Amino acid sequence: MALAGRAALRWGARLPSPGPAAAPLCRPAWLPAACERPYSSRDEEKVDMSTYPVESIRNFSIIAHVDHGKSTLADRLLEITGTISKTNLNKQVLDKLQVERERGITVKAQSASLFYSHEGINYLLNLIDTPGHVDFSYEVSRSLSACQGVILVVDANEGIQAQTVANFYLAFEAQLSIIPVINKIDLKNADPERVEKQIEKLFDIPTHECIRISAKQGTNVEKVLQKVIEKIPPPQCNTADPLKALVFDSTFDHYRGVVANIALFGGEIAKGQKIVSAHTKKRYEVNEVGILTPNEQPTHKLYAGQVGYLIAGMKEVTEAQIGDTLFLYKQPVEPLPGFKSVKPMVFAGMYPIDQTEYNNLKSALERLTLNDSSVTVHRDSSLALGAGWRLGFLGLLHMEVFNQRLEQEYNMSVILTAPTVPYKAVLSSAKLIKEYGKDQITIINPAQFPDKLSVSEYLEPTVLGTIVTPQEYIGKIITLCQDRRAVQKDMLYIDENRVMLKYLFPLNEIVVDFYDALKSLSSGYASFDYEDAGYQSADLIKMDILLNGNPVEELATIIHNDKAYAAGKLLCERLKETIPRQLFEIAIQAAIGKKIIARETLKAYRKNVVAKCYGGDITRRMKLLKRQAEGKKLMRKIGNVEVPRDAFIRVLKRGTDK
Amino acid sequence: APCPQWPYCRKCCSYCNFNTYVVPAVDEAAMRACLVREAQTLLRLSQVHSVTSVFFGGGTPSLASPATVAAVLEAVAGAAHLPADAEVTLEANPSSTSTSRLAGFRASGVNRLSIGVQVRGALPAAAPAAPRDPVVTSLPPQSLDDAELRMLGREHTAAEAQKAVEAARGLLPGRTSIDLLFGLPGQSRDAWAQRLEAALGLCDNHISLYQLTLERGTALAAQVRGGTLPTPPQDLLADMYQTARTVLVAAGFRHYEVSNFARKGALSTHNLSYWRSDQYIGVGPGAHGRFVLRGEGSHTREARVQTLEPVAWMKEVQSQGHGTRSRVVLSPLEQLEELLSLGLRTDEGITHERWGYFSPQLSLQAVFGTPGEAQALQQQGWLVLDSGGLRCTWAGLAVLDSLLPDLLWQLQRV
Repeated sequence: MALAGRAALRWGARLPSPGPAAAPLCRPAWLPAACERPYSSRDEEKVDMSTYPVESIRNFSIIAHVDHGKSTLADRLLEITGTISKTNLNKQVLDKLQVERERGITVKAQSASLFYSHEGINYLLNLIDTPGHVDFSYEVSRSLSACQGVILVVDANEGIQAQTVANFYLAFEAQLSIIPVINKIDLKNADPERVEKQIEKLFDIPTHECIRISAKQGTNVEKVLQKVIEKIPPPQCNTADPLKALVFDSTFDHYRGVVANIALFGGEIAKGQKIVSAHTKKRYEVNEVGILTPNEQPTHKLYAGQVGYLIAGMKEVTEAQIGDTLFLYKQPVEPLPGFKSVKPMVFAGMYPIDQTEYNNLKSALERLTLNDSSVTVHRDSSLALGAGWRLGFLGLLHMEVFNQRLEQEYNMSVILTAPTVPYKAVLSSAKLIKEYGKDQITIINPAQFPDKLSVSEYLEPTVLGTIVTPQEYIGKIITLCQDRRAVQKDMLYIDENRVMLKYLFPLNEIVVDFYDALKSLSSGYASFDYEDAGYQSADLIKMDILLNGNPVEELATIIHNDKAYAAGKLLCERLKETIPRQLFEIAIQAAIGKKIIARETLKAYRKNVVAKCYGGDITRRMKLLKRQAEGKKLMRKIGNVEVPRDAFIRVLKRGTDK
Repeated sequence: APCPQWPYCRKCCSYCNFNTYVVPAVDEAAMRACLVREAQTLLRLSQVHSVTSVFFGGGTPSLASPATVAAVLEAVAGAAHLPADAEVTLEANPSSTSTSRLAGFRASGVNRLSIGVQVRGALPAAAPAAPRDPVVTSLPPQSLDDAELRMLGREHTAAEAQKAVEAARGLLPGRTSIDLLFGLPGQSRDAWAQRLEAALGLCDNHISLYQLTLERGTALAAQVRGGTLPTPPQDLLADMYQTARTVLVAAGFRHYEVSNFARKGALSTHNLSYWRSDQYIGVGPGAHGRFVLRGEGSHTREARVQTLEPVAWMKEVQSQGHGTRSRVVLSPLEQLEELLSLGLRTDEGITHERWGYFSPQLSLQAVFGTPGEAQALQQQGWLVLDSGGLRCTWAGLAVLDSLLPDLLWQLQRV
């Protein structure tokens, strides 16, 4: 989090609690005249938000395909409004996590309140940043629920990409005002006209409404701010109404507990008030409210239409569920719509590399999930890998990012098993229905796969995938999609040489390596995005892997019948490369029920002895032997076959199909 | 058993990763003085009374002058008792072994020659007590094919190798050892069988048989990894090894260690001392030793390594009498681990007596005679534990490295 540190320098210390000493530094240069009062006590250093009535407030997000310049535009907006000072150090100021800066993606939405004077009126513009990847579309939609409008950024060179389409529809369906912005017009290959035509064709927005900018150079960025004021309506709400606050994000602070990001849809909120969560019905006392600039800046109050943060003694992020509504104690209100629990799309087992690390990993997981409530955690254990967890993620990138954060922020290295998707089974066996208490179950672990005889139908999750590609790659992409059991739903030329394809994919077909395959066969030009498309019936089977006839529990896979032979063959081949030769022959088999569908044979060692061993450096050799002896206790024994613990992971990591 | 080390070579062989140096001119007088001084210092520190064997390794010790060899032997004899029949081996390279030169070495006190491809890290080892049959080893061109020799980056030709072996046998009959290498990239079963026949026609009473190992960092390993040369298949290597064992035993050789064969009792006394965990003293750059520093009043065995780089080593010897770079005290468990790993390489294995010397409390039977890995390996036919001690079966010897982790793991748990 190096940059967060740098940012803190420029903005003044980010303190665990506001202290008087920091106050002069904390007061940002932009603070408008209305707020400037002589300070006499700590309380009065706080910003007075009552001078911003609903009519002068605009709440908006910036949405864009990855790398189209969303974060750079946000930097410029923060600079123009004086929220941060102009320096060339401002790069992706809102992306605070190391992983965000490294990967150029936004994982955790951040918000910032901007103060801007236009035609004699002081406006409060709340920029609600959104995550920038398909995996996080749920986070995008919840950020959008606090907005009345969006800035849709499209790269003048790359044009509309898959994620542009997905984000547009999210905003469109939420009935938000959309300000189309064509960025990077300073680039040599920029073709804003073509992009304007794409926008007109696909989104039905007249070409003249697009603003051509260069966020990098600051060209026309001021114009964007003016459009925000003109085109985006102020929130519709009233300070006189009872308090109604939407929780649209939350973070965890080790000193102060949960910090909830809130948007006020009615009433006002101040320190000392008693509030209630509509979802949990729990009661809290407000300790602190404030705005984000983008660091926390305490205020006396927050008023209807405003966006800020709240600290109220919540101990866990689950107490500040995204989409929850907060109201005053004894003044209940109708909760805001849109609350839904997070739905993980990808599951994987997570285990400490060494079981002695279990407790450290447990505590790191707890702390990280405090900041990422979209991860679901269930305890799990495996004979091979010991005690661990089964985690649910929004998508594969989410899983990778989570893993990277564990490594970077908590210094934990873990074993992640192959990702699997949540299959369902419609039960026909009365016994099982009674056992589960329902006739349809979700299977997140192949070990739980019910036998075909007690099931009337298996279901697999599907997604509607959007692919935008230059036309020369269409042939290859269609073949790829067919290989992945996808059904074409739409195909549309968005200009003379770009095509948008829509396919219905079984989720498991894209989970592991689809994106990489797509990128490599299109030289990186095709983009991909997907959205949940419900479940479909599927011919699923459970495939077992046997070593000398004994099943390897952790390699059991749920797989589509059509793919079993190829996948089984591949797994066996990879195992053969991964399992070390032993003193006897090993049969590696893939089986469906009792039927063997693939087999490889690992021959016995006939010679394994080092040739030269005299009085030279036997120290090194002894070290190697002792490491191997030490490794014996880490071996998973399947029958009499010894398998190194990481062998399965190495086999699975590369995916189960090519 | 001291093992003086001559670290210089005329040329770098493509498969060798020993501590060797190719320099335009060696200051032999200085080198000689330092080898002498270090041998004296270390022998004094060990307080060894009698030296069983001396082994001149390298580099290419046959590049040193007989005078240097003589000076070191004199130093050894001056610091400890060196019986007249003690085994004194010199590793020799076929291209530096003219008959007259070999005669010079013999006159200096060398009584065994080891000729070959296989020039090992030189170690002087001082084995205490009990002199055995003095064995002089050496000589051999293991590889008798010019193309193979070129691939190995050897300087000599097959004809030179043959001449060298013949010269050595003439000078020290019955005390010459040759090296044989198999598993060369591209080598076929038939080619190996022929090579073996040729070697039997040439050899004396001792043969060292090595599967070519591709050591990291060598030119040969790079060529194989880069795909210029093929990797020999595992099963072919196993076949070649079994063929050689069978052929050599049929020719009257005793397979007394994984890679060593001797007939008429011509075992290498010096090398046996390594496998039996006797004491040995390493002299020269990069040499390793295992001995007790009785001169310092110690009773524990130490693992010692001399400074690798010759110039730095010489400076240290000149200033403090020896160039020991590292000394590590071996724990009783570590000593047993070495005994197990080395002893099982021999046909006699680990005798109860020898085990008892390192482990007076816990017998072989107590460690490996109870249910566990060793018993399972016995039942599977890889291992024998009986009144003679613990040893590998004929089949077990070929897969020893698969047995050792299990045995060490069992030992660690005791």
